[in-house]
Amino acid sequence: MFLRTPDSRFAFGLGIGAVCVSSILLLIFLFVTGEALPALKNVGLRGFLFDDAWYPTDESFGLVPMLVSSFVLSVGAILLAGPVGVAAAVYRLYYAPSWIRKPYRWLVLLLAGMPSVVLGLWGLVVLVPLIARIEPPGTSLIAGILVVSLMVAPTVTIMSESALEGVARSSWSGAAALGLSRESTLWNVVLPAARGGIAAGILLAAARAIGETMAVLMVTGNIVQMPDGPFSAVRVLTSNIALEMAYATGDHRAALFVSGLALTILVLLLSLTAARIAGLKNNV
Amino acid sequence: MSDSFSSSTERGRPHRIRDALLPVAAHLGTLVLCGFAFWVIMDIVWRGAPGLDWSFFVDEPTSAGRGGGIAPILVSTGLIVITAIAAATPLGLAAAIFLVEFMPTGSRFAAWTSLSLDVLAGVPSIVFGLFGSAFFGLWLGMGFSILSGGLTLACMILPLLVRTTEQGLRMVPDDWRRGAAALGLSRFSAVRLVLLPAAGSAVTAGLLLGLGRATAETAALIYTSGYVDRMPSSLFDSGRALSVHIYDLAMNVAGGDENAYASALVLILFLIVVNVAAMSISDFLLRKKVST
Amino acid sequence: MKTGPYTDKNDASGSGYTLGPVVSGPECCTPEAVIAVRGLDVAYDGVAALKDVSLDIYKGCVTALIGPSGCGKSTFLSSLNRLTDMSGGCRVSGSITVDGWNIHAPEVNLQELRRKVGMIFQRPNPFPFSVRRNLDMPLREHGISNRYEREERIETALIDVGLWDEVRDRLDASALSLSGGQQQRLCIARALILKPSILLMDEPCSALDPLSSATVESMVGSLRGRYTVVVATHNLAQARRIANYAAFFWVKDRAGALIEYDTCGRLFETPKHKLTAAYVTGIAG
Repeated sequence: MFLRTPDSRFAFGLGIGAVCVSSILLLIFLFVTGEALPALKNVGLRGFLFDDAWYPTDESFGLVPMLVSSFVLSVGAILLAGPVGVAAAVYRLYYAPSWIRKPYRWLVLLLAGMPSVVLGLWGLVVLVPLIARIEPPGTSLIAGILVVSLMVAPTVTIMSESALEGVARSSWSGAAALGLSRESTLWNVVLPAARGGIAAGILLAAARAIGETMAVLMVTGNIVQMPDGPFSAVRVLTSNIALEMAYATGDHRAALFVSGLALTILVLLLSLTAARIAGLKNNV
Repeated sequence: MSDSFSSSTERGRPHRIRDALLPVAAHLGTLVLCGFAFWVIMDIVWRGAPGLDWSFFVDEPTSAGRGGGIAPILVSTGLIVITAIAAATPLGLAAAIFLVEFMPTGSRFAAWTSLSLDVLAGVPSIVFGLFGSAFFGLWLGMGFSILSGGLTLACMILPLLVRTTEQGLRMVPDDWRRGAAALGLSRFSAVRLVLLPAAGSAVTAGLLLGLGRATAETAALIYTSGYVDRMPSSLFDSGRALSVHIYDLAMNVAGGDENAYASALVLILFLIVVNVAAMSISDFLLRKKVST
Repeated sequence: MKTGPYTDKNDASGSGYTLGPVVSGPECCTPEAVIAVRGLDVAYDGVAALKDVSLDIYKGCVTALIGPSGCGKSTFLSSLNRLTDMSGGCRVSGSITVDGWNIHAPEVNLQELRRKVGMIFQRPNPFPFSVRRNLDMPLREHGISNRYEREERIETALIDVGLWDEVRDRLDASALSLSGGQQQRLCIARALILKPSILLMDEPCSALDPLSSATVESMVGSLRGRYTVVVATHNLAQARRIANYAAFFWVKDRAGALIEYDTCGRLFETPKHKLTAAYVTGIAG
């Protein structure tokens, strides 16, 4: 009855599209969890956390070294990309001569859209040999950190820029009326006012860093071990999936889905927090 | 705040170092970022350009990609990306139009969709790869195929598409919606004839960004569309995307660097064209928004 | 399915209110009610905007709705073509009949109702297309498939609003490149082109400069007799110049209410209600 007019049929069709779109996330969770279930049952959380090493063909599923590597790599990348990214945003908005602003923005956007496999190629061919001069073989945690920080810095810049631009002009004129210098205004008024958006950008960058696969896979050496220095080769969770999905079967395959699930949940928490922080900023 | 009362001769003395630090840091950070960006781009151009000639585009790869060209890889990439866009566009448009035009603001469904899209946008691409191989590949029986890869990418670019279309529609003034209704246009006609054309450039920009994102993707494709480097004969064949080709040459083929670089150059040239087009459109939109 | 006047789609000629020459229109102020409103209540999200409004609007006359802003004039207007349906939390009760037909009846075709009851908004809202397409598109959507007929009607409508000479050689220019007054007249042409019998105008001059405002106003005056016009305005002088009837709205108990309704002359010269008297003499409001 309610499909009587063409309009309600139209709305119904659109609604179906919208339901499809909003159920993709559920579908992803459903399928990744479903495939991970055998391993969760047979190996259990205890196995993933306390097995000595990752020898999945010998029923040893210790994910901890890779978890730690993922974590260290992301933190390292954020420590580099965060300040650089914010600095780049501050430069473009407040110090860059006007003719430079547009090409500069395009360069940042270009870097943001750079395929990770291309950055990985550059890292493998250019960066790794340079690091190998300091300590061979060069494929290492530090190479991964450098490449990933290059990948996520534009995210920080873009998010920071929009947060900084969102600070009301009235704050600027208010500060100017107080006789504050530009630097003083930035430190005392603008950066604090934009800190929510900047923090959200950094969290999103962290989410991207932890989820990054190709570039890391190509430059970190992929040996499963606890990182014991910037020059040690490491394998992160994402690379592990990419490397072993080709031949994994049974519990081994399921274990890879477990690490995928763990990654998704981690990233989900990061992006939800980022959204919350950015939302809080908007409400003030 | 003591500098608010200080005279120009002793301006900012209490925070002189801090205040001097800011411009130095800003310039330094920019220099580092731009320096690296230039380094990467120049490196790709420098090493990639010698390998680029007509035959590179039209030849089949030989000896695992060390020699020959990338013709079948370009075709596969094109098919994968077209599949992704073709699947994502109707769904994305439908969802965006439904959210903006048919859902009351603040409805629970709209909030859930919006949240799920935000989360979806952050899901790592390798997880999309896992999902794609389990859902499209195994469950729907598509195996390693261009279709399976394209649909996986469609899921990946949907958030982008929905968001840009949503923004485009929300920029359309309500005056036009009321005007269309007052003329007795149906909702369908209003969307088709007034709202979508008015939001057209935003939608196009979103599509271009999605196209770029899909073309740049690697991790989601390795286990969905696969890495067979023959010319695909249908959407059900496995096909190797350009980015997967670069990865394979760099990591698994000794002596593949030269062609990897040439392929990388092709990839980023294409991405530059797509992104510049998208950015010009959104710059144009911004100007229009400011002027009206 | 029962068919009412708003359900048959292609009846464009209708009730004799067509775009003929001004003089051939029916005599004004035959007190024949074309719209009858009884006990109309409108609320947005539970907050009353209009309470218990009853009045008749007479065929071929210009009826002005006057009163301060926020007194429900616009709400009243948009309930007449059910544009209130567009705001989610809006509830309308009471009865409205147009040409004797209850517009809230389930069999009413909303699109056809809105074709018969045209509306002009405060801010000119031409679509971001060419002048021609702005006029052509509604015609096509209402099933006028003959191109020559459409071109003819476009020309007639533009002549009727006095825009033809100004835009005849730039019909394909963007409608947004016209001046504010021209845009508003284009919007009126866009409404007229569908041959409505009733025109609702929501402060049609208030977003225009004085000169364009005068042009639009005299044009609205020229519609008298051919169309039933309901115009909301807070410009009292304008209401006196163009209207046959005037309705005075005021905020009572936080909701808009109709205070007095009479011929324009009587409402302004010998108001019965002291609020009306105060408002029209400029003491209140």
